[in-house]
Amino acid sequence: MSEARWAESDTTPERIETALRELLRERHAEDENLVPARVLNLIVVADREWRGEIINRLERVGNNASRTIFCTVEEGRNRIDATATVSGDTADDGRVGVLREMVEIELGSSHMSRVDTIIDPLVVSDLPTVLWSPHSQEEAVESLLGMVDVILIDTDDPTYFDGPGAALTRAAELIDSNVYVVDLAWLRTVPWRERLAGSFADPHRIAALQSLKRIYVRYDPGSLVSAVLLVGWLASRLGWTPGPLDPAPGGAWRGTAARGGGGHISLEFEPVYQPTRGIAGVTVTGDSGFSLSLDRSPGGMTAREQRAGARPRQWRVLGASRGETGILGEGVRQALLRDQTYGPALHAARSFSP
Amino acid sequence: MELEPESFENPLVEGLERLPVRSTVLVIFGAMGDLASRKLLPAIYNLAHEGALPERVELIGISRGEMTDERFREHFRESVDRFSRRRPDQQVLNGLVENVRYVSGSFDDTDLYARLRTMVEGLDQDFGTSLNRVFYLSTAPEFFPVITGNLGESGLNQAEDADVRVVIEKPIGYDLASARAQNEAVLTYFDESQVFRIDHYLGKETVQNLMALRFANALFEPVWNRNFIDNVQITAAEDIGVGTRAGYYEGSGALRDLVQNHMLQLLALLTMEPPTSFEANRLRDEKVKVLEAIVPPTPDEVALMAVRAQYGSGVISGAEVPGYREEPGVAPDSRTETYAALKLYVSNWRWAGVPFYLRTGKRMTRKLTEIAVTLRPVPHLAFQNTDSVGIQPNQIILQVQPDEGVSVSLGAKIPGTKMRIRPVQMEFHYGTSFMSESPEAYERLIMDAMRGDATLFTRNDEVIALWRIIDPILSAWDADTSSKIPQYPAGSAGPHEADELLEGCTWRRL
Repeated sequence: MSEARWAESDTTPERIETALRELLRERHAEDENLVPARVLNLIVVADREWRGEIINRLERVGNNASRTIFCTVEEGRNRIDATATVSGDTADDGRVGVLREMVEIELGSSHMSRVDTIIDPLVVSDLPTVLWSPHSQEEAVESLLGMVDVILIDTDDPTYFDGPGAALTRAAELIDSNVYVVDLAWLRTVPWRERLAGSFADPHRIAALQSLKRIYVRYDPGSLVSAVLLVGWLASRLGWTPGPLDPAPGGAWRGTAARGGGGHISLEFEPVYQPTRGIAGVTVTGDSGFSLSLDRSPGGMTAREQRAGARPRQWRVLGASRGETGILGEGVRQALLRDQTYGPALHAARSFSP
Repeated sequence: MELEPESFENPLVEGLERLPVRSTVLVIFGAMGDLASRKLLPAIYNLAHEGALPERVELIGISRGEMTDERFREHFRESVDRFSRRRPDQQVLNGLVENVRYVSGSFDDTDLYARLRTMVEGLDQDFGTSLNRVFYLSTAPEFFPVITGNLGESGLNQAEDADVRVVIEKPIGYDLASARAQNEAVLTYFDESQVFRIDHYLGKETVQNLMALRFANALFEPVWNRNFIDNVQITAAEDIGVGTRAGYYEGSGALRDLVQNHMLQLLALLTMEPPTSFEANRLRDEKVKVLEAIVPPTPDEVALMAVRAQYGSGVISGAEVPGYREEPGVAPDSRTETYAALKLYVSNWRWAGVPFYLRTGKRMTRKLTEIAVTLRPVPHLAFQNTDSVGIQPNQIILQVQPDEGVSVSLGAKIPGTKMRIRPVQMEFHYGTSFMSESPEAYERLIMDAMRGDATLFTRNDEVIALWRIIDPILSAWDADTSSKIPQYPAGSAGPHEADELLEGCTWRRL
């Protein structure tokens, strides 16, 4: 591992940028097989007191980000202090070694309203720029929206948004501001969406998709937004019009959606405790005795199917859980892709709000 | 109202990164073999790990040796533990192997197929509907007609309400006649749309990137023709020797092992016309067209456009290594080539007159696979070409391994008061721009075969077109039993005889 570090108190963006260029030049001069990664810029703005936790999460992002600009915010600070680190695996066997750049900037809340003027000189031009602000530094977010391509949010995060309705509204506002939104709550639904889509790839089931009458979702109590996004996705894909949800005993929620061709689908959301956030299970029920349940289980999901006149069947659907530790890295990876189904699913999910 | 399955598309598929695949029974013939152990079983595990396998996938291993299901499961685990690209998640691995079944039998034993049919139909019954069937022939090529014939005779080549596919590993044939015979045998019982002939090279990300580079960038296509390109060199060099593969390699040689399939595939992708879409048959139509535009040599022309050689003893990485004829399992008077170089022309409007040089060899300076496209020199030089190495023709280098990427050589001014020019490199490494790990080629190809997407598989007429180019060279070499096979020292860039193929250029340095 090759690593070079620069630090300065009371510094400026220009001096940070010069230091980064010099560090990269030195690394390349030391070993011409060391070349900078050029995937994306990741800007992180977080409260200073959570620095350690954010650093831990960034370490688990893996190799996706090239230049990370991590701004910690402290009340009452006026001076800008910064460190820059360029590190990478040294090349062996003639292969290139990839360098990654990390800039950590200590800022005060007074800097937030024009934090774009501090960060803009530091991003690598022409690379996608992704913003993650896990502690709701809204002033900073507003300042940076004009210069970022993608914003990473987690509409499941209670520290970020004031309840599920507010979270979905904020996500919709961000989409309207022409920035691409990667929502970690949406990513928690990926395995469930893939498996539901796969379940109806089998020809004996595909007709049942048109006659579903009940959707029952189990979710971790901290992931109600994931649950409504999952059903919002079904609604948007299948042409349903959802109505507001009503609270039910045990923290559950119930509602209905109107089917395009007539009739209603019953929707149920029930919180269940599980070791990780996200969806715990989903059951889709048709009107001809068909039902299919998928439940999180070790090494994947347990599937249970009931068909009219047939004995119940159960089997395991394989897939390793990425868990919460991998979700941020997946979010950064998704920043380079474009999922056109999130917007319609979000729109449908917002209809669940009273 | 109940809709017929065919009457509408699954609307849930839109936007998903991983497209769903119907539940499938995957039968591997030769399940205890080297390819299955090193590549197929680990690839299947990795697909399971990522949640990419169908909702239900039932695995049946077939091999000659008597074995219990439990022993085969142990073998499966050992293969995954040893060869998987990631450390296995034991819960996923347990789930994968717990339903794996093993059937023993000789591939020509009709009873084997009767037992297999009973087993597959039992799985259909258990699932309540017909599962798709994929028969993966990971066996020696002489068994392909035997197995496909028996699958056909036992009715396993089709199923009601399900797709049946057969995957065939290379080599497809030993020469043109045997390739034709093999295709005919397989197509007696299977329709071409059911046959998936694997050249795992096509499953590599970088090979697919070749198409992205050509057809997703306006930069290259305007110069991609005889007006701008002077010559093309395709190199597939290995630093290793024949190792433990002498038994196979003695009957194959470099031309069959690498040129007939991988290198000609690269040539086809490099030179084909843009397909109207990336639908399997549109892409393969274009490949066949360009392969058919390569004029095979007459017997008299072979010596002028093809060179073969064997590695002698030498030094690799500071260590002395034996020559090919001293390797275990190699005949002391072997005439099998470990090096082959060809000069080919594509006789069509786009490429007429541009030489394509292909070379491959074992025990060369280093491991390297690349395509070097050399452009014609600029028509007029406004600068003095002195006091420096001078202006060189631009080159576009497509690196396949070890570093995947593209580099373009450009002329640039040397700093100073004089107008001196030297070549510099503008480089792009995939590793710096896409940090996520690429799947193994077999993972992609197994999924494509299950899904029925034949884009990255070789069609029968493509196989014939490939052999048509190589067959006259093989015949000429086979007929020549007396001339001396050129030798090159291990650790070198190949025999000097290969230099004589080149017109006005030299081989690129390895």
